[in-house]
Amino acid sequence: MLHLQICQGTTCYVMGAAQLASLAAQLPEDLRGRVRVTGCRCLGLCRDGAFGGAPYVTIDGEVLAAATIDSILAALRARLQEAHP
Amino acid sequence: MRLHNESDRVKREVLARVARALFAEKPEALDRIPLQMRPKGQPFSRCCLYKDRAALRYRVMAALGFRGEDETDELRPLAAYAAAVPTRTRNPEPFISILTEGCSACLESQTTVTNLCRSCLARPCVGNCPKQAVHVKNGRAEIDRERCVNCGLCAKACAFHAIVQVPLACADACPVDAVGKTADGLVAIDHGKCIRCGRCQAACPFGAIMACSQMADVILKIKRGRRVIALPAPALAGIFPNDPAKLTGALLKLGFAAVYDVAAGADETARREAAELTERLRAGAAFMTTSCCPAWAETVRRHLPGLAGYVSHTPSPMRLAAEMARADHPDAVLVFIGPCAAKRTEATFYGDPDHVLTAEELGAMLIAADIDVDACDPAAPTRAGSRAGLRFAVSGGVAAAVGAHLPDSGAPKPYVISGLSPKTIRLLATFAKTGKAPGQLVEVMCCEGGCAAGPCSFEEPARAAARITAQAAG
Ligand code: FES
Repeated sequence: MLHLQICQGTTCYVMGAAQLASLAAQLPEDLRGRVRVTGCRCLGLCRDGAFGGAPYVTIDGEVLAAATIDSILAALRARLQEAHP
Repeated sequence: MRLHNESDRVKREVLARVARALFAEKPEALDRIPLQMRPKGQPFSRCCLYKDRAALRYRVMAALGFRGEDETDELRPLAAYAAAVPTRTRNPEPFISILTEGCSACLESQTTVTNLCRSCLARPCVGNCPKQAVHVKNGRAEIDRERCVNCGLCAKACAFHAIVQVPLACADACPVDAVGKTADGLVAIDHGKCIRCGRCQAACPFGAIMACSQMADVILKIKRGRRVIALPAPALAGIFPNDPAKLTGALLKLGFAAVYDVAAGADETARREAAELTERLRAGAAFMTTSCCPAWAETVRRHLPGLAGYVSHTPSPMRLAAEMARADHPDAVLVFIGPCAAKRTEATFYGDPDHVLTAEELGAMLIAADIDVDACDPAAPTRAGSRAGLRFAVSGGVAAAVGAHLPDSGAPKPYVISGLSPKTIRLLATFAKTGKAPGQLVEVMCCEGGCAAGPCSFEEPARAAARITAQAAG
């Protein structure tokens, strides 16, 4: 089971994390039951002017910057592919 | 639903970078923003890196509150614009600015026959056109532009989906037909018709319709030690995913000297509006409309003068909250903060509060100051509103709050218009014409769902409304 964490800190939320929350409710068919989606507090990645990369998400700890629903789904599928080619 | 979109992200990043430069008192950093956001060797979104940077320069100008249209010297440093901010005595009005570099000159909304047309025997496109604008020529349907009224019936009737209606995002979003095109195909706004609702701005996929922000004025006044007071709209409690007490704490941390919740003004609006309604009905009026939505006020002024006599004279929650803050602090700088575009025009018209910030601009300021709302200490506003005041942000909430001040039996019936559109505006016009409405208190909200769905926000309207409803329920 992969763990997708969507940062809910202010920077990420303002920069687009609000639009990523729907992922938790409606994962596409092929990912259901294979990904756990949670929110988390500011990951600390946005500080000191690094807000340009927000919203940040992590997949099993690995950071994905400027995340969009598309880029998240692609990263999740690539991971699952690697694990079970 | 507000879709995640790159154009919003770029807009907010520009605002945050501008805020950061101003908070740090490093105006020279402003001129670097286009280069930092589009560095050499990285992908670009328009035809080339240089056009992207040119567009970003105009976004920085708008973030500083200047219209690209007024530019006389293309080499004037952005830092020079920032230096001019403190000398500005009026807020930009109209506040919309067109980014010519961004406008892609999309097709004028029209109905077009594609080459899927089979020139069939039935020809429902020809038969169903109410204007006899469709003819078949050379084995394909053709639409006579002079006659077509863009009703789309031919497109609906075609069995092959061969006819499409090409949308024009900005113009289609406008409820009052104020958005059109120049001879070059670029977007043009008729400011005489425009009700300031901000929908075209939110709808343009190129981010080519921008608002001149007052954020720089607010930041510089905070930096110069002025007493700057925040008047957060009830909608903010739904737009930020945080405990509202922490949001108050965040505003104080940002440098605001005090916080007066606009919900406190809303309570007063509701009380006065109930008294006004009772008085008007007693005097024989058939109905009264609410007055708090500034885009609605502009709609009446510009498009429905016949309804002017039916609109409540009670000041909006923003104005009454400003009165409360002004009474306590006569020399302070008052700043309304909400998801609304049109509040800028209302504030400029009445002269108080001094400035209007959007939820997005507040978000950008928090980002720039590295303030995470969740990590802030909870704080209480100087004036807080009731739960009924909070519900002003959701359609039906104003009517409910006013109703709560009226007697239980024989109370006036509310009628709620949630969202101005050509259709609801036509309906409202019939109220003016006939002097009758389906209720005695007509609540009008320009944004469908109410202020929680305002255009200058980063939250999904449904989620913002749900949060407010939950908080108001306790
Ligand atoms: S808000 Fe997401 S990393 Fe700070």
